[in-house]
Amino acid sequence: MSKNRVPAIEGWLTMDEENPQLLGYLDEQSGSYFFPKDVAISHAPGFADAEFKEVALSNRGKLWSYTTNHYKPPEPYVSPDPFEPYTVAAVELNDERMVVLGQLADGVDPADVEVGQEMQLVLGTLYEDDENEYVIWKWKPVEA
Amino acid sequence: MSKNDVAILGAGMHQWGKWGRNFAEYGVVAIKEAMADAGLEWKDVDFIVGGDTMRNGYPGYVAGATFAKAMGWTGIPIASCYAACATGAQAIDIARTRILAGMAEVVVVVGADTTPKGFLAPNKGERTLDPDWLRFRLLGATNPTYFGLWAQRRMDLYGATEQDFARIKVKNSKHGVANPKARYKKIFSEEEVLASPLVSAPLRLFEICATSDGGAALVITSMDFAKKHGIANPVRISGVSTISPTFPNTVIDMPDFTTDSAAGISAPDRSFRDSIAYAAYQEAGIGPEDVDLAEVYDLSSALELDWYENIGLCKPGEAEALLRSGDTEIGGRIPVNPSGGLGCFGEAVPAQAIAQVCELTWQLRGQAGERQVEGAKVGVTANQGLFGHGSSVLCSR
Repeated sequence: MSKNRVPAIEGWLTMDEENPQLLGYLDEQSGSYFFPKDVAISHAPGFADAEFKEVALSNRGKLWSYTTNHYKPPEPYVSPDPFEPYTVAAVELNDERMVVLGQLADGVDPADVEVGQEMQLVLGTLYEDDENEYVIWKWKPVEA
Repeated sequence: MSKNDVAILGAGMHQWGKWGRNFAEYGVVAIKEAMADAGLEWKDVDFIVGGDTMRNGYPGYVAGATFAKAMGWTGIPIASCYAACATGAQAIDIARTRILAGMAEVVVVVGADTTPKGFLAPNKGERTLDPDWLRFRLLGATNPTYFGLWAQRRMDLYGATEQDFARIKVKNSKHGVANPKARYKKIFSEEEVLASPLVSAPLRLFEICATSDGGAALVITSMDFAKKHGIANPVRISGVSTISPTFPNTVIDMPDFTTDSAAGISAPDRSFRDSIAYAAYQEAGIGPEDVDLAEVYDLSSALELDWYENIGLCKPGEAEALLRSGDTEIGGRIPVNPSGGLGCFGEAVPAQAIAQVCELTWQLRGQAGERQVEGAKVGVTANQGLFGHGSSVLCSR
């Protein structure tokens, strides 16, 4: 029996398996984007009263950097037992000109990626329990 | 002499380590050493600033009061402040502005910490509105994760190698071995560093700063007071930078998920890290070419290379060449981290930026013993605290 796939955090991403997107905010006056949701105003100085609307962010960008963690992080990270190394990638979104962190998608070997290459957003499992798989965004190289 | 100069009459530190005692004990040892160094008594002090620690319960949140009480209440005004790793610079800035406003003459600045073992972790509980909690939960983004991202980018952009990163650790271990206040006093070889386990690739265990116990204190006075006290040529603080980033900040930093967006407003000419020491240089009216030594925040070995560029010792992409030339070793043109840096100390958060200034004080007085930088007249510190706290102190003599 397959488990329910639920977002690891509510309201941060669309659960579209084919074309997932992060849900950010656009300040239409200054043209600045924000993610994630925190204080619901534009953080561009002088634009605190700007119109502020939720937008789905572009899901393509260029790899800014990456690192593989070989030690188990402290809580609240939910680690598989035994711990498995995982890679965190930083990707600069093409349209929004902002760098977004995310884990590298399962099955991608960090030895095969390089700074500057085109990446795309996918859904992946962050952790699971008896009932649910908790889903988060991950980064994957765009297939050539 | 700049109109903003204040004098450092005393510097003191408790040795860094993993002693497991009350943090206030380290601070008191540091205060007493700094007072003795200044030739002053506790009753002479008319203001105290304590750098807060977040890991030692309530006494840590009100460090100014904790240290004033420990030394014996004398009724003086106190201040406590917190700016993560930049706490010490902020404490120094509070002290000197009070002095420059004519509201104090003799000020003690102190920071101390007792740290738990292992990774620094967020506060406990289901803290779904706390970005520091969320980055561990959703990404597993520990502090070394960010160090690893910056290091890997240097490799891809500028051709830094694992050997370069190891060489920083080796250099600083040679410096720190002669420092009685350091925690780690062992000279490492490149082979040993490169044989240590990967933590956040490409960075290895011996290249990532540990968390330590320790305490550091300064006695800071007005220039007039120093003169009256018979010190004609004290080490002076000529510039202090406690700046924050300018929007949009486009370099990913702890504890964030994203950078600011540069889609609407262009990134500033100078990045945040490039602005930190620059502000201190501007205030002091000098430039990086005048600097004889620097103490920079080597949270990872690789990060020291970034700082070479950020504080203006070389252009972007030239830090590896500067390192390989040997210029940043003691005896070289511009020694960096003659104290041994975080690689030999580990981090005692609220004490660290003060400790950097203690080292400059001893260096500019010619009291640094085997690690002395010959003829040092001007020194600069650089550091950065979580959530956008710049920290740089410019000292001269």
